Amino acid sequence: MSKHAKPTDASGLYTTALRQSLIKLDPRQLWGNPVMFVTALVAAMTTLLGLRDLATGLPGAGTALHIALWLWLCVIFANFAEALAEGRGRARADTLRATKSETRVRMLANPDDTPETATQTLSTALKSGQFIYVAAGEIVPTDGEAVRGMASVNESAITGESAPVIREAGGDRSSVTGGTTIASDWLVIRVTAEPGKSFLDRMIALVEGAERQKTPNEIALNILLVGLTLIFLFVVVTLPAFASYSGTAIPVVVLGALFVTLIPTTIGGLLSAIGIAGMDRLVKANVIAKSGRAVEAAGDVDTLLLDKTGTITFGNRMADALIPAPGVDARRLAEAAALASLADETPEGKSIVEKAREMLGTIPDMPLGAEPVAFTAQTRLSGLDLADGRRFRKGAIDAVIRLAGHTPPGALAAQVDAIARSGGTPLLVVEGAEILGVVHLKDIVKPGVRERFAELRAMGIRTVMITGDNPLTAAAIAAEAGVDDFLAEATPEMKLDLIRREQAGGRLVAMCGDGSNDAPALAQADVGVAMNAGTPAAKEAANLIDLDSDPTKLIEVVMVGKQLLISRGALTTFSIANDVAKYFAILPAIFVAAYPGLGVLNVMGLASPTSAILSAVIFNALILVGLVPLALRGVQYRPSSAAALLRRNLTIYGLGGLIVPFLGIKAIDLCLVALNLA
Amino acid sequence: MTFIAYGLYFAALTGLAWALAAAMQRVFDGRLPSGMLRVETALLRGAGVDPARGMTWLGYGMAVLAFNLAGFVLLYTLLRLQGALPLNPDGIGGMSADLAFNTAVSFVTNTNWQAYSGEAQLSYLSQMAGLTVQNFVSAGTGMAVAVAIVRGFVAPKGTTLGNFWLDMMRSVLWILLPLSIVLALFLAAQGVPQTLLGAVTATGVEGGEQIIARGPAAAQIAIKQLGTNGGGFFGVNSAHPFENPTVASNLAQCLSILLIPVSFCFLFGRMAGDRRQGWAIFATMAILFVAGLGVVHAYEVAGNPALGLGENMEGKEQRFGAMLSALWATSTTAASNGAVNAMHDSFMPLSGMVTMVLMQIGEVVFGGVGAGLYGMLLYVVLAVFLAGLMVGRTPEYLGRKIESREVTLAVLAFLSMPLGILVGGAIAATVPQALAAVQDPGPHGLSEILYAYSSATGNNGSAFGGWGAALPWHTTALGVVMLIGRYAIILPMLAIAGSMIRKPKAAATSGTFPTHGPLFVTLLILTVLILGALTFFPVLALGPIAEETARLAGQSF
Repeated sequence: MSKHAKPTDASGLYTTALRQSLIKLDPRQLWGNPVMFVTALVAAMTTLLGLRDLATGLPGAGTALHIALWLWLCVIFANFAEALAEGRGRARADTLRATKSETRVRMLANPDDTPETATQTLSTALKSGQFIYVAAGEIVPTDGEAVRGMASVNESAITGESAPVIREAGGDRSSVTGGTTIASDWLVIRVTAEPGKSFLDRMIALVEGAERQKTPNEIALNILLVGLTLIFLFVVVTLPAFASYSGTAIPVVVLGALFVTLIPTTIGGLLSAIGIAGMDRLVKANVIAKSGRAVEAAGDVDTLLLDKTGTITFGNRMADALIPAPGVDARRLAEAAALASLADETPEGKSIVEKAREMLGTIPDMPLGAEPVAFTAQTRLSGLDLADGRRFRKGAIDAVIRLAGHTPPGALAAQVDAIARSGGTPLLVVEGAEILGVVHLKDIVKPGVRERFAELRAMGIRTVMITGDNPLTAAAIAAEAGVDDFLAEATPEMKLDLIRREQAGGRLVAMCGDGSNDAPALAQADVGVAMNAGTPAAKEAANLIDLDSDPTKLIEVVMVGKQLLISRGALTTFSIANDVAKYFAILPAIFVAAYPGLGVLNVMGLASPTSAILSAVIFNALILVGLVPLALRGVQYRPSSAAALLRRNLTIYGLGGLIVPFLGIKAIDLCLVALNLA
Repeated sequence: MTFIAYGLYFAALTGLAWALAAAMQRVFDGRLPSGMLRVETALLRGAGVDPARGMTWLGYGMAVLAFNLAGFVLLYTLLRLQGALPLNPDGIGGMSADLAFNTAVSFVTNTNWQAYSGEAQLSYLSQMAGLTVQNFVSAGTGMAVAVAIVRGFVAPKGTTLGNFWLDMMRSVLWILLPLSIVLALFLAAQGVPQTLLGAVTATGVEGGEQIIARGPAAAQIAIKQLGTNGGGFFGVNSAHPFENPTVASNLAQCLSILLIPVSFCFLFGRMAGDRRQGWAIFATMAILFVAGLGVVHAYEVAGNPALGLGENMEGKEQRFGAMLSALWATSTTAASNGAVNAMHDSFMPLSGMVTMVLMQIGEVVFGGVGAGLYGMLLYVVLAVFLAGLMVGRTPEYLGRKIESREVTLAVLAFLSMPLGILVGGAIAATVPQALAAVQDPGPHGLSEILYAYSSATGNNGSAFGGWGAALPWHTTALGVVMLIGRYAIILPMLAIAGSMIRKPKAAATSGTFPTHGPLFVTLLILTVLILGALTFFPVLALGPIAEETARLAGQSF
């Protein structure tokens, strides 16, 4: 890799991009973009003809060189767009590369060996399957899986998140990523990446766009653009024959200009910039795509499998209501529930205290000499024994009944049943042997989730909630969150089955997962997002990795995929619609000598044939550079149905594409006349 | 009054086509009475064909090519040797090699470009056993191919598109033949001759002797219209009183030209299991048709002030007038029929341009039997791919994704139009041997060249009269162009169908690109106009548009 000036500010970014856009004039680089390659060829030819005319003193040399200048600018603008898109990623790649220095590491022959027996080796020489010992303060040299020990790891270099995370052998938090730092303790790590193939390497290549391969859709679009170029080649190459039949000759320079303005230079020039910028948006969202194909597939997704916990609900049951037994004061119940939970540090316990505070306005302090009773799997109760002998307990229904020695009164029993039926968890609160009431614990759906799913539904995406809960609980939460379907008591096999069923129905499925047992489903899904905190197996099976380990990210990935496709389609439509105006600018200009009557086609009232041709060529170059921000930012996208999207985008980019060039070419023509340039 | 007449014509056409589509679906699905099925089985077994064996796109394409090649060889031989063969009461000699090539290609490709004059250069045997047979089977080929291609788009995931021999036979036996018999009987009743006797010599009222050609015309005319063939029995085609004697025969023929092509729109909707899809295609074609008819009608009825007030009657039959000629001209060029009841050469410049554009966009405004539908599906693939991305999904049509293979093939098929028309036309406008064909000076001469190459590439068959189509250069070049216009579209389209049918069908959701409704129709029309018509804008500017502007300035050609 060559040394780049690190673009620290916006102007640096632009300077680098400008320099790159000239370097990219190298024909070997241009060849990758057929439309721009052809434009450059025509520009070169026009330059040569202009120079020849200049040397021989023929008239028209000035115009030819003027046209050539704008043709070259058209190519340079396209290069600039690409370079700018690449530049944004490069800054990030440089910071990543800084963490990837060559270090000495301690290699173990066996995972159970002590660090004293380790041999020293270079981090770059590590191979998959070897064991290394990494201690506090050291950088993890490459990707791997913790096989012994437990450590807190600072992953900020990769995720930007500064709080260290725990990594330990066994379980679903065993994966460690190269470039992260061990903050405390130590780990024995089995290397899982071959040299140069680590996650960090892949990420650097990705953000730099160096290993960027064209996505299937991009390839198809490229073929269409080449096809259109060929069609216009037929049009332009046959034109001299028809013109000479009509008793007129068209200068080669003008034919070249007509050709370049007709071929889809706008989309041809911006296509790769759109692709790179799309990937960049993903990187910004802290998602790493292992292939561009996955990003495109994300736009096509029909079914989203979402894990309930963390995505749809906060993941912990919380107290939703405290319902007193008949004849018991609600405040007494609240006080008792709070006392029974004061020592309970679980989220459930804390939420009961919170609920009580809501009802009482305050909560009792921990009474002096009180003795906490912790929850055990045997008693399934927890609470507090006060110094004055009062005993407060809360717990599962059967446990409380056993403790109290009697069942709750009929009205309360009905409440308990109702809570269980609604998918919630009832906890009875008891003081001594008196049952005071019931706490309704439930999964709380995250705010805004319902609206999000409604948007997805409008886009034609079905959401399926995956949960380990029983069907009753699952149904209640599904109804509350507004998902289309749910899979209760889900096992990895059921997930896999569900994906296969959806796919057999012709639907594309996206899911996220983290555990090793998710790996088969992740691999089967069309779009699989693995959590970075997940196991290496899950990360290997997925085609996208979310560095933030945030399961809601799946929805964002879908949006990025859609925006990428929309941007391409919009600019293609715009580019092709532009041709109408260009015909009306150039055709009268080149035919008016043969048939003065064809002046009626000059609907824009352009000043002269020369100014008309120049205006079209200049517009063609300026619109390209004018659309660079749109290409990099992506077309605005609001979730809505396909019909609504089509109507909106067809109006803006189709109709706009028809009208804008008429106005633009006319304006440029007026400028040229005012500046005496044509 | 005019608009009521046009309206009634459309209503009748749409109604008949709607009904025919239902029957056609039964035929191609094989839901036929057992007697008809037995006939099929017997015939196919006789030919050694197993109708149950499905063909891949390649197998289907090869069967089409083999069948048409055999048809070409037979017809070519027949035309060359007709002088020595029976059923030749007027003693007409064998055709020259280049003209026989041109004629054989022309009829095999459903073009029916006529570089000859039937009554002078063809024996009755050639007309009946040669041309009429090809009129049936070339139309049958187009219909079979269209049905196979539609299957590729709509059928469940699989590999085969159907059996060409079965589809072709069903088209001919159960659709073209019955309709032709009805129409032929009607035309005969209107006064179209159907006889094996030779020409008669009559003495006119002024005492002059006159040879009046006749022959087995009614049967051939019926299929020439129904199969969008267009090759007349007589040289001047349906302008001839024996081909088209009355207003009633004119109306019947006008309806027959578009009947099957319109039915194909509805058949498509039926086969897709979503009739809205068929209506969308129909609406697209109908709007383009009405727009074209509007221009032709307006210019022809307004006439040429340079020739006095009133309709433009030059080159038209008194019994039809401007309006029926305008309707016919639009219909025959919209459908790739090519039969004429007036001389398009004498139309006003912009009316002539409309007929040309209808052919240049690839004969997709109803188009040839079958061919019009698969031609429009080519635009659908392009339109869906271009704009489909704008809804944020990989473009898909009827639940199947359009990917690089389909785009490559569509572009390949699409290139055949500019190749045939622009390259063929450019050479014809440059080479001295070809230029000799031009009758009129100035832009009108260029229009004649363009019309000929547009007609041949679009497999239409009509011509700007007066242009020397019989020059060896053109008989050969146009023959080649006709082949390109036919097979360079059939094969890629079959390949697209073969590729589509292998893909899983995705269920439609509200996120699916809608391919019915006004929005899609608008998009499709714009695609046809911008990709199809605009390609020819430069040459049209030098031809008809230049002629029109010159006419407005008081100059004529």
